[in-house]
Amino acid sequence: MEINQYLEVFIEESKEHLQACNMNLLELEKNPSDLLIVNEIFRSAHTLKGMSATMGYEDLASLTHQMENVLDEIRNGNLIVTPEILDIVFLAVDHLEEMVESIASGGDGKLDVTATVEKLHRIETGNQDDGSFEETAAAVAEAPPFAKDGCPSYEFDEFERTVIRQSKEQGFEAYNVQVSLRQDCLLKAARVYMVFEVFEQSGEVIKSLPSVDKLEEEQFDSDFTVILLSTENKEEIKRKLLNVAEVENVEINSILLLEDFPEKTETSDEEKKASELSDSSGSADKSEDKKGMKPLNSNKTIRVNIERLDILMNLFEELVIDRGRLEQISRDLSNSELNETVEHMSRISGDLQNIILNMRMVPVETVFNRFPRMIRQLARDLNKKIKLEITGADTELDRTVIDEIGDPLVHLLRNSVDHGIETPEIRAANGKEEEGTVVLRAYHSGNHVFIEIEDDGAGINRDRVLKKAVSKGILSEEAGEALTDKQVYELLFSSGFSTAEQISDISGRGVGLDVVKNTIESLGGEISIESTEHKGTIFSVQLPLTLSIISVMLIETGKEKFAIPLSSIIETAIIKKAEILNAHDQKVIDFRGKVVPLLFMKEIFQVPGKEDENKNVCSVLIVRKGEKMAGLVVDSFIGQQEVVLKPLGNYLTNVFAISGATILGDGQVALIVDCNALIK
Amino acid sequence: MADMPMLKVIVFQLTDKEYAIPVSEVKGIEKLHPITRIPRTSPFVKGVINLRGVVTPIIDLRLRLGLEEEEYGDHTRLIIVMAEDKEVGLIVDAANDVMDIPLEAIEPPPEIIGSTTAEYISGVAKLEKRLLIMINLESIVDTEK
Repeated sequence: MEINQYLEVFIEESKEHLQACNMNLLELEKNPSDLLIVNEIFRSAHTLKGMSATMGYEDLASLTHQMENVLDEIRNGNLIVTPEILDIVFLAVDHLEEMVESIASGGDGKLDVTATVEKLHRIETGNQDDGSFEETAAAVAEAPPFAKDGCPSYEFDEFERTVIRQSKEQGFEAYNVQVSLRQDCLLKAARVYMVFEVFEQSGEVIKSLPSVDKLEEEQFDSDFTVILLSTENKEEIKRKLLNVAEVENVEINSILLLEDFPEKTETSDEEKKASELSDSSGSADKSEDKKGMKPLNSNKTIRVNIERLDILMNLFEELVIDRGRLEQISRDLSNSELNETVEHMSRISGDLQNIILNMRMVPVETVFNRFPRMIRQLARDLNKKIKLEITGADTELDRTVIDEIGDPLVHLLRNSVDHGIETPEIRAANGKEEEGTVVLRAYHSGNHVFIEIEDDGAGINRDRVLKKAVSKGILSEEAGEALTDKQVYELLFSSGFSTAEQISDISGRGVGLDVVKNTIESLGGEISIESTEHKGTIFSVQLPLTLSIISVMLIETGKEKFAIPLSSIIETAIIKKAEILNAHDQKVIDFRGKVVPLLFMKEIFQVPGKEDENKNVCSVLIVRKGEKMAGLVVDSFIGQQEVVLKPLGNYLTNVFAISGATILGDGQVALIVDCNALIK
Repeated sequence: MADMPMLKVIVFQLTDKEYAIPVSEVKGIEKLHPITRIPRTSPFVKGVINLRGVVTPIIDLRLRLGLEEEEYGDHTRLIIVMAEDKEVGLIVDAANDVMDIPLEAIEPPPEIIGSTTAEYISGVAKLEKRLLIMINLESIVDTEK
């Protein structure tokens, strides 16, 4: 077998399964007795085991196997979920992630996991150090054998019973459906498929006899039985099934579980707890369950390699360039038929642009979903109680932005947990709930996506920040006095700043927030802070929807053309040379009552060619970086245009004040100016 | 001759000497494209070109090797190479040939070969009447040097 071909798929899917494990484990921590969740985890682990064994990653397979054993014990009710067990399972998942990561980066995925395997094994065999285990095991041993119910041909395991019970609570009815095909039926598998289509429309099949695999391979005589969960009534289902060709007979019986008879109450303690829990745990929980119950969404999707999307995007970018060229030619020729065609093409390519950009959009969920785990771990390490609330995880962003945004968000969240939320003791003393809340919120607004991180912690102490900034030599004491609160908070983003008195390895190495700010700005975004002391802090990150196509102002200086992103331009102005003033050796202008320093494009970019002495006006772009402004003096404005942002390649990194390039209609390359680097 | 291990190379010219790069590292040979200058970079970085939609940096190999700069002419070519993960175009006086040279004809660079350029040379291939200087692409695209 050609392994390489599958490696990519393997890595992708492993990551997905591990992510699913992580999420479900967190869910399980909240609802320790929900066996549905255990089964989800089990399924992910099982698939992962199979895949890694096939690919020959033995360490990965053996650790997954051990984890699976523990999950199996839980699923079968031989183990009760405790935080200790979860910790070890989490640890195992961590190791698995590490291994997959190592495989992804070309390693062999080997890792010494004997300690973890040993721990898992100890749990599985019940030999944990404390005695609590024997009790559990004993309690379980007393559990009665599974009840025989309405359908004698069936043995339900614990999981199926739970599913049936929970779905009954939600108004689903469990049916035992026996379908007989005609003896002379030729394409049995096809009929089975059609019958299952009907089932899937009506509800969910939780068990079939013979198993679905066997049915598909036609390894059955002429009839088969399934357990169906549905809200429809018997007659309706029967009528639908009989509509399928070559179905001879359909028999449907309702299934009654043991608990449905009040006199028989010999369920195990555990089960009671489970049903109590699902009764009491409110509507949110139920909707969760329903999600699991819902027949699979019929939206069909395909997996496409991102590289292919990039190629598509590249080709389309070429088209955009040609479109620009065509528009120009048709304007020059002013032939009405040509104009019309070109206009039509422009509109279509506009639509195409939207579709292609949308295809590259990924929900921020892909970044967010690793955070609950991280927060849980951080909270434990710091002995804090923290609840993470995530909203708007389905907000979409371009993949290019998604790839970059993860690390800055990790920094911000760590910052909130470490510096924001107080320890439970302090919180209690201040009359707050012991458990702190961190809200991670994403939403669309106009052409931007906002991501906010809000905590209800201590807030920012203005005096402490100022004191620190002064002691670090970032500004003088007098200068500090004059700052507004907002400006003081901005100081947190200066490099070499860290307010934590103690350096922890969570954050506070003083490299955090300024790196965050730089990364976000390099993405064309902005970050701001709002804070109220003792109430909490909000970090708000504003990001562009896409980085691939941006609006720019094209300008000319000497014989060279440059593109300046519209996002950093406030306005354009033509000023008389006489209006230029000198402040020390810096040329400035008075612009709407503000003194704005002038930057000469020709000097900054060492553009060859002489200054035209006869001109007595100059064209100025007023650009900004945060609150600061500057006037960029250029020779002339060419106009506003949508351009495709292209990287300069791996060879040219760190070019001063150039963030990328674009290809103009005539095929020439124009550089895109990074105004942030120009303004200090 | 037939069973000798061979290396296929592109032979190009700078001043009066012939140089060679293994074909495996060459992505294409182009005529000179209009170059967009990039401000505030090393003098040998001539700028970037639009190579079928990909913005590609261009290095003047004469300047990179410490040779004298010369006006570009009809024979001037861009050799597009991929070294490590960096794609760049090299400006050369002319691209002369594609040929197979026996591996054993390649010798390590002589100790003294004009000092500064030595690090850019990985070897010298002696053929019957020609002397090919093998270029070390990794050090050419090394931005630290």
